[in-house]
Amino acid sequence: MAETREISAARRRWMLLAPALAILVFAASGPLLIVIMYSFLTPGDYGGVIWSFSTDAWFNVVAERDFFDETLSFSDAHWSIFWRSVKLSLMTTAVAFLVGFPTAYFIATRPKATRDIWMLLIIIPFWTNLLIRTFAVMEIIRNEGVVNSVMIGLGIIDEPIQLLFTEFAITLGMFYVYLPLMVLPIYASMERLDFSLVEAAYDLYASRWRVLKRVIFPLVKPGVIAGSILVFVPSLGAYVTPRVLGGGKQLMLGNLIELQFGQGRNWPLGAALSITLLAIVMIALMVYVRSAGREEVSHG
Amino acid sequence: MIEIQNLTKTFGTGAEAFTALSEVSVTIRQNEFFTLLGPSGCGKTTLLRTIAGFVDPTSGTMTLDGADVLASPPYVRPVNTVFQNYALFPHMTVAENIGFGLEMQDRPKAEIKQTVGEMLELVQMTPLANRATSEISGGQQQRVALARALAPRPKVLLLDEPLSALDFKLRKEMQIELKRLQSETGITFVFVTHDQEEALTMSDRIAVMNEGQILQIGGPKEIYDHPAERFVADFIGETNFLEAELVSVDGEVAETRLPSGKTISTRAASGRAGAGKVTVAVRPEHALLEPPGALIDGKLENIVYFGTDTHYHVMLDGGARFVVRRQNQPDAVEAYTIGDAVGVSFNPGVGQVLRD
Ligand SMILES: Nc1ncnc2c1ncn2[C@@H]1O[C@H](COP(=O)(O)OP(=O)(O)OP(=O)(O)O)[C@@H](O)[C@H]1O
Ligand SMILES: [Mg+2]
Repeated sequence: MAETREISAARRRWMLLAPALAILVFAASGPLLIVIMYSFLTPGDYGGVIWSFSTDAWFNVVAERDFFDETLSFSDAHWSIFWRSVKLSLMTTAVAFLVGFPTAYFIATRPKATRDIWMLLIIIPFWTNLLIRTFAVMEIIRNEGVVNSVMIGLGIIDEPIQLLFTEFAITLGMFYVYLPLMVLPIYASMERLDFSLVEAAYDLYASRWRVLKRVIFPLVKPGVIAGSILVFVPSLGAYVTPRVLGGGKQLMLGNLIELQFGQGRNWPLGAALSITLLAIVMIALMVYVRSAGREEVSHG
Repeated sequence: MIEIQNLTKTFGTGAEAFTALSEVSVTIRQNEFFTLLGPSGCGKTTLLRTIAGFVDPTSGTMTLDGADVLASPPYVRPVNTVFQNYALFPHMTVAENIGFGLEMQDRPKAEIKQTVGEMLELVQMTPLANRATSEISGGQQQRVALARALAPRPKVLLLDEPLSALDFKLRKEMQIELKRLQSETGITFVFVTHDQEEALTMSDRIAVMNEGQILQIGGPKEIYDHPAERFVADFIGETNFLEAELVSVDGEVAETRLPSGKTISTRAASGRAGAGKVTVAVRPEHALLEPPGALIDGKLENIVYFGTDTHYHVMLDGGARFVVRRQNQPDAVEAYTIGDAVGVSFNPGVGQVLRD
């Protein structure tokens, strides 16, 4: 009797899990398997793949064969794009944290009634199309844009500064686009923070800075970790923002992948690069989460 | 050591303004167990938070050891608080919580370690030093909060209803513990409670508060035996109120005429002179039940047996109710029955004329 009930409970659990599992298998693992498979095939002349096994794509991810004498060398172009992607994503995450943390703190310390209004202001840009937001940034920093016109008008500079189509432009754009993803999780943990702990720390001779460092920050750390991941991951694979604000000169991984599926007509290489991106994300997450966790242990 | 003069705190402005403290003046002495007693919402926490530095008073002055401290932030004042909800840091162990204040004062590591050890010993938490604060009981959390606030050796320790979350037995134990800690450390305690019994048993002096004002300051016996106002008499213990006529006042002694026509000498109200109608407060256990022909006569309405003592409810001839409490003796035979004509009396000097 008890046994059959147990069995039926187990069956019910599987039935409840089934839709989610189905989505995972077909919508996530399926495409992933296809991408892995493509990365081991030969490119077709006009895009697509030819069904013959080849490791060339993987080879081309990191190295290139000289066209004439067939010598091998590191693919500088690819490496610099990898490096730029990681660097700009880290910078975006750092800047988003430096701006997002005080913002979340500010909102969480407002009276309850006004907090929702502040959150709304943070979220509203999110409702606007990504492309439009990116063009808005472009409008601000281009040579005839707001920043340069104002600075020239004030006589601070004579010539417009080249801001657009630089790494700065990409970082600024990604920061602007992904900032809410940093603010939201930090705010969520900040709102749950018991502010009597802050008072207790003040009472026990902790200055403002030390209260922040020893009490507030450790307690909202889960929010900071979540926010950092939410900003870093899409930054690393960003495609629209570097395309518009980098002007095709400052490529990032997303653009490189797109190139292989488009003009490059090298689907296997695109597939291999996609998996490389995934690997970089996984490694970065593992390193980050582990080091963040270890710090927690050493702090007690 | 703490001198507070005419302290007023008004929250909000305009129509929503609310005065939580009005013209509070009090001096708290060195090494004293000082209690703020009053009903919910009377401003006890607000006064305590003002001393700690979390509330900026609207007007008034406050000095600590002669120095003006109102301008100093909480992390400068040599004052520590035991919060009502304890507010222990959840990301630190018991020992780290206790050492936090010392660490923030940049004391040497060796000294911190030693003091934390002593504090753990003092509150009997040594075996649990490395537990997370979420893994200890409410009473243990309370002791950690106490040790954390005591560790930096503040001049004043503020305690905001620290025992209210504990069950009855633990509460009694902690009351004794707190008293012991106070005399062992010699630190001035300012203790908040709305429990009159707690206040009477623990305090050197009590300030009774109501609606943002301090009504009376004095030792437990002084407050209990000689309440200055009706509110104080009513809030602490049980009291009989008698309408009377003030005949004459000579220093501490006031002659009053009761409605029965008899006069009795009572204790005069401070700051109230002249003839007229007054209220005299008499504690039930200070009154005597007698045969008719006493100070005031009446009819015995009810007898309530409480084990340690018996309450006699008397309807006085004037129409007022009066309770006499008598301690029970072994094998005593109850001399009165309900409906008897009886008399009520009390000795000269026992009654207290109220200020209001
Ligand atoms: N920040 C604030 N803004 C507005 N009103 C406040 C604020 N803090 C306290 N008050 C009001 O001041 C009055 C006194 O509050 P306080 O917390 O000092 O009472 P208390 O005596 O400690 O009461 P309890 O025994 O319930 O803790 C209350 O009516 C309260 O509503
Ligand atoms: Mg309170």
